[in-house]
Formats: sequence, structure tokens, C-alpha cells
Amino acid sequence: MQLTNRSKQVSNKEMTLMERAYLPAIAQGLAITIKHFFAKKVTIEYPEVKRYLGPVFRGRHILKRDEQGRERCTACGLCAVACPAEAISMVAAEREKGEETLYREEKYAAVYEVNMLRCIFCGLCEEACPKQAVYLRHDEFVPVFSERDQVIWGKDLLVEDMNDRYTREAWTKEEARALDTKRANGEVTNVVPRPVP
Amino acid sequence: MEEIKSQLVKITFDGIEVEVEPGTTIMQAARKIAEADESQAALVPPAMCYYKPLPTSGGKCRACLVRVAQGSAKDPRPMPKLVPSCITQVQEGMVVENTTNQAVLDTRKSIVEFLLINHPLDCPICDQAGECHLQDFAFEHGSVKTRYEEDRRTFDKIDIGPHVQLHMTRCILCYRCVYTADQITDQRVHGVMNRGDASEISTYIEKAIDNDFSGNVIDVCPVGALTDKTYRFKNRVWFTKPEDAHRDCEKCCGKVTLWYRGEEVIRVTARKNTWGEVNDFICNTCRFDKKKTSDWTLEGPTKVKRSSVISANKYRADLVKKPDFALKLAATQFKNIDDSRPYVTDEDTIRHQSIENNDKANHRSLLSKNN
Repeated sequence: MQLTNRSKQVSNKEMTLMERAYLPAIAQGLAITIKHFFAKKVTIEYPEVKRYLGPVFRGRHILKRDEQGRERCTACGLCAVACPAEAISMVAAEREKGEETLYREEKYAAVYEVNMLRCIFCGLCEEACPKQAVYLRHDEFVPVFSERDQVIWGKDLLVEDMNDRYTREAWTKEEARALDTKRANGEVTNVVPRPVP
Repeated sequence: MEEIKSQLVKITFDGIEVEVEPGTTIMQAARKIAEADESQAALVPPAMCYYKPLPTSGGKCRACLVRVAQGSAKDPRPMPKLVPSCITQVQEGMVVENTTNQAVLDTRKSIVEFLLINHPLDCPICDQAGECHLQDFAFEHGSVKTRYEEDRRTFDKIDIGPHVQLHMTRCILCYRCVYTADQITDQRVHGVMNRGDASEISTYIEKAIDNDFSGNVIDVCPVGALTDKTYRFKNRVWFTKPEDAHRDCEKCCGKVTLWYRGEEVIRVTARKNTWGEVNDFICNTCRFDKKKTSDWTLEGPTKVKRSSVISANKYRADLVKKPDFALKLAATQFKNIDDSRPYVTDEDTIRHQSIENNDKANHRSLLSKNN
């Protein structure tokens, strides 16, 4: 009975003199090995070298700031309620006079913690955020940790560094899709990644 | 003497017949249907300004507009315009259309748009988010986008006392707090000033409201215009755990809901019924000063509707019930297992059947591959 179309007829005929001579076959095999020795490697030396995983990869979290460097997060709790793994927790505080340059809204997250052991990097927090504050970086992983206290990430690790801003070509799904179709049609060649959603 | 006995009035609401006392409003009749059969809760008109425990409230927000297709048995003509169901009384033989009439649904969508014209939509900041009637109303009946491009109405912040925070920008002018101040408290210090677009809720000459029951304006407010200062930005509603509790209070009934964050009581409110209304108003001492578990006798967790965001991440046995539609779907697809096959124990027969089944399976996969 035939299960697939990939079956091959095999034969049991006698070998020719050339085949029986043994050495030509050895030389042929070595030639293949030596060819691969000089060919371009298909593997990379992870973790020293890391491969670009594309613009839609979901790596570690970042809390974005706006153009003026104010924190966008207003501690509304939607990321935490959307989180299927219950990895996010926060404590809100009221902005005081003189802090207008630090926080965008009258309420802000005084504590914002992501438990990286719980997080499943599904990106639902990013989708739930009404203030475009929390994003999963496409270019950085959560580093390997060896101690328990390295697992819970606070604002010190999460809030964006204004001197090294996180940039993206597209900040929403719709934008990314539009960019993809434009690229496919050859209308766009290079897009400058921008730091502000 | 004729027997003086009020005869029940029969009306038809969305095709469901219900008998109510004369003098009942259409809204109360609809709520009666929903109370008798919980699955009908969706056909009750929404209410933003109407509040049953506050007499004479209602008729302002137009959220509850319904169509009366037949005025009464004696006069079967339809009413010319949509009527507010919260203040329209029923008549014998009245036929009311709510969710079954497209015009009503379209009107409701426009009402949402009107109510949201000057609403700041700062839900991420607002403490009312999660238990806000305007949020529910807009979510269930409104559209996703706004067509409004002009600047929204803003007000200067007014301090109306140490306990209550007034955000006039969020106010939808439902007058509930004014009625509360009028009827629960004995001196009028709180009202609506100015007219039309400029009208605003205020206390006379910014005088602090220091009545013992003034805190109840927080509970009656359908939006986040009046919020608890002691709870301000403490936590989101859906991260807190509500527990019913009571204490002996000489001023009020003392029946409250405590909102816990961990072991800490971060807010005390009056108990609300299915329609989000407070039946037993509580005093300021209970609300603002008694924030220790030791002050209260706990009765148990408050029943929260599964559809409410407050039930998120709370794993009580009666809250993790499967949603209705899943059970219904399972019921329609339920089949008894066909166990009429003979129970085979003979090894040779089993091996033979296994080979046959393998053959059948191979055959099936070939068929599906060729197609």
C-alpha cells in the first residue's frame, strides 16, 4: 500500500569497477567535507552573537517617556488586569506641584513591577495600554538571571533612558501592516525608526 | 361600598407581558421582569440620572428613552415621540418597545455621544473607572469613535471639603447629588448653578459640606465627578476585594461594603443593589473614619456580577462559573455516548481490529491528501 508519493525504487545490481575501487568515493566524500569547511556557516555563536528577530518580536518591557521626557504611564491598571499571568503590579501616586516635567498626567505609577518569571511575553499589556506607555522591546531579551532578586523588575530597569531611546519603525499593528504592504509593493525602501509612538 | 382595591395593570414590554401596580413607571416594570428572570436583564433601559431611592429623580439624561407603540388598551395610538421610561407611568394594555426597536437603539447611541461631548474621558486616571455607569452605558450602547472636535468644557478646581473631591469636568448633570443633598441632609448647601452649557454642580459660595450624610453624594454619582478623597488614587477598583460588613452605628444603618487591598481597608461604601442603587445610606463616620477591620463585623464577600471588571482575578467558586452561552452551547451539542458495541477481550480479535483500523486510517489520510 502506498502511503506517500515520496517512495523510491531501490535496486540490488552489481557495482561497477569504479565503484568497487573505493578510493574515488573517499576523495569525493572528502571534497564535500572540505567544501563545507570553507562555506558560509549557517549557525551563529549564541549567546555571544544574537540574531535580529524581526520587528514584531516581543522581548523585555519598557515604560516609554514622551517627547519631553515625561513618563507616560498613569497607573490605570489595565495592563495588570489584562495580564494572564498576573505578572504586573503597581502603586499609584498623585503628582505634586513641580513634578509636571516628570509625569504626564496628574496620577503616576510610583511603583511598577513586572515579575519576569511569571511573564509569558504575550504582549497583552502592550495592547491594553491606553496611554501607549508599556511596550515589549523587539531588540532586547530579558537577560538570564541567577538570583531571585533579579527576577522582579522595577521602574529602575523598565523606564526608558532618554539618552538611549527605544525606537521602532511602527508603533501599532495597523501601522506595521501598512508598512509591510508598502514594502511588498516596493513603495518604501527605508523607514527611519522613531522614538515616539 | 365598592371594594377599593388597586387592580393590577398589564403591559407588554419587548414582547413580554408583566402585571404591575398602577402608578408604576415603565422602568420599574422592566426591572420587575429582569428580577423575575435574570436572563432578561439586558432589556432593562439604562439609567444615568434616575435613582429609585431618591424621589423625583429622573427624566434628565434621556438614556432610558423607549418607544410606546400603544398608549393603552382604550387609546391604542402610539405616543408620538420616544418617552423617558423612568418617569412615564404605565397604563392598562400599554405596549413598549425597547431593545426590539431600532429607533430606540439609534437614539441611545446619540445620547451617549451627547453625554460624552464634555466628558474628559480620563478613565485611566479616574477613581470611578470600573464601577462607572457612564463607562458601562457608553460601552454597551455607544460607538467607538467621537465626532467631536471642539474643545471640551473645563472648570477650575473647587475644594468642597476634606472628604469629597469634586471634578466638575466629569459631571454629566444628572442632579442625583443635588437630590441627595436635598433629601438626605436637612440644609441645602449643594446645588446646580448657572444655566445651559455653563451649569455646574457647586456648593453655595464654596462652603464646605459638613453634614453627617454628605458622603453619600459619592455613592450616588454615576460618574467620577464626586469621589472619595480618602480613597483618591489608592488603587483601581478591580484590584480591591469587596466584603459586606456592618457595625452598630447610632446615626445610620451601619451596613456597608468594605474594599480591601490585602489586609487594609482602603474604602468604605454603602451597599448597592443590582441596579447600582444604594438603599441604606450611611453616615460620614462609617464612611471616612472607620477604616479598620476591627471596627466591623464581617459578613462575607460581596456578590459581584461575573460581567463586572471587579470580579477579575477573584477566584471564588461562584465567580468562576462558566458563562451562560458556553453551557447552552454544550447543552445543544450534548450526545449520549454510543456504547452498544460489544466489549472485546479476545487478544486476537483486538489485534485484527487494530490492523483494520490502521488500514482505514491510512485510507482516510490518502483520500484527504488526494483531494
